[in-house]
Formats: sequence, C-alpha cells, structure tokens
Amino acid sequence: MTKKEFLCELEEALSGIPKEEREERLNFYGEMIDDRIEEGISEEEAVSDLGTVDEVVWQIIDEIPLTKIAKEKMKPKRKLKAWEIVLLAVGSPLWLSLLIAAFAVIFSLYVSLWAVAVSLWAAFGSVVASGFGGIIGGGILVVGGEVPSGIALIAAALVCLGLSVFFFFGCKALTKGSVVLAKKTVLGIKKAFVKKEEA
Amino acid sequence: MDVQLKRGILDVCVLAAIKNEDSYGYKIIKDLKPYIELSESTLYTILKRLEAADMLTVRTAEHGGRLRKYYHITVEGTERIEEFKEEWKEVMSIYQFVTKEDGIND
Repeated sequence: MTKKEFLCELEEALSGIPKEEREERLNFYGEMIDDRIEEGISEEEAVSDLGTVDEVVWQIIDEIPLTKIAKEKMKPKRKLKAWEIVLLAVGSPLWLSLLIAAFAVIFSLYVSLWAVAVSLWAAFGSVVASGFGGIIGGGILVVGGEVPSGIALIAAALVCLGLSVFFFFGCKALTKGSVVLAKKTVLGIKKAFVKKEEA
Repeated sequence: MDVQLKRGILDVCVLAAIKNEDSYGYKIIKDLKPYIELSESTLYTILKRLEAADMLTVRTAEHGGRLRKYYHITVEGTERIEEFKEEWKEVMSIYQFVTKEDGIND
C-alpha cells in the first residue's frame, strides 16, 4: 500500500472525529511514513510498519473519549432551516422519547451484564455462609445430644465449602469476562459512531 | 502494569527523549525502542497531553522539502523529570523493603 492510499483510507475511516484533529493525525502519520522512507525503508514497508488501517483506527478511537465522538456526531453538518427547527420542536415528543429509549436499552444491557456478576458473587457468598453456618449448627446439635443429624449437617456444610472453592474460580472468570465484554461494548459503540456515514 | 502508572512512566519517557535536544516523532519512537515499545497513536496521545500540560512546545520546521514537527521541552517538563526521579527513589526503597528476604523481624 502506498502512503497516499494509506492516508486516504485512514481519513475515510476517521470521518467521525473532528476535522481539525483528523488532519493533525493524518499529518502525524504522514510524517512518520516520510521519516521512515528517508531512512532508506521502502514506501511499502514504511506503511506496513504502522500496522493496517483497521488496527490504527482501533488504536486511535480507543484513546478518544466517547463523549467527544458522540458530540462530533450530533453536530449538524449544515445550518438548520427554520422549518426544520420547527419540525424538530414539534416532533420532540417522538424523537426525544426514542432517543431516551435507545439510551435506556444500552444502559440496561450494561446493568444486566453487571447484575449477572453481582448475583454470582452473592451466590458464592451464600454458599460460604451456609457452609460455616452448617458447621456451627451441626456443632450445636452434637453438643445438644442429636449426634446423627448434627454430623449429617456438618458433612453437608463441608460439601458446601468444598463447592465454594470451585464457585470462587467460576465467579472470578465470569467477572473478568464481563469487564472485557463491557470494554468491548464501549469500543464497539465508539466505532459505530466513527464509521463513515453511507452517502 | 497499572494503567495510570504506565501512563505516568510513558510521559516521562517521552520527556526524557527530548530533554537534551529537540526531537521529532519518529526519532522519539526509535530512541525509546530499546526500553519501551510505543505505537504511533500512543505517542500522539502522549505528545498532546504533554503539550496541554505545558510540558513541551511544538514547532513546525522545514526538513528536506517537507514539514516536520519538533518537540521542545519546557521548564515544567524538566521539573516533571526531576519529580519523577525523586518519586522513584522512594519507590525503589520500598521495593528493597518488600523484596528483603529476611522480612521485618530481623
């Protein structure tokens, strides 16, 4: 890929970020390629040194806050005409509620993701608690004279504690998974914003 | 490594790369390569952050028929490096305490 092709593709992919910043970044990458060429590296190699356009785009949008991207996206491309403003105002009960609904959906997805993790940890806690509770309860029963049921209770409690070890690792893995998933969701939303609008 | 910690270290690395003389993007990446791998987009973000914090200034100069941006360290930037050195003296002494084999009882 030539420098020109690379920068063209990059520019297109970054059309969602503010123009000034986009141009500055393109100049930055252009300079990086030129400096490599000056060192005697071929143009092709200098470009591939930076990674694929897709990789570069992901790195860039990963570092830009979501709010900045969203703000740029919401900015109208041209001045609104009077009748459009009227229409926006009149239609606000409709589009406003739709917009709120969209955000609510995203928010609820996020919450439910965390709810799974929280409830799993709660289950883990209760298994551990019932294990200790069972041992204490069993001990009381044994002391009180009800030896067979006391021993049975203690045995059940030990099973609980044993299971809780497995439970712990399961919970940990799942929580880690949710963190990764949540991060990916945010990155995905960002990418959707930055992507070039279909003309 | 902790994200905040890494960010702070990278900032100081870039400042150190322009400490003795003004430098440009590709040279900074090359100079830091033996110590820390830096992608172009990361460097861009760091340079922006340091510029906003008045730790460096940017000038554009002609080089071989094209424009190149040069980064110059400010007094604040130099101070940041000194601060970093002091902080790490502390960290190193804590490190020595943590890794001391005999523990704290001796």
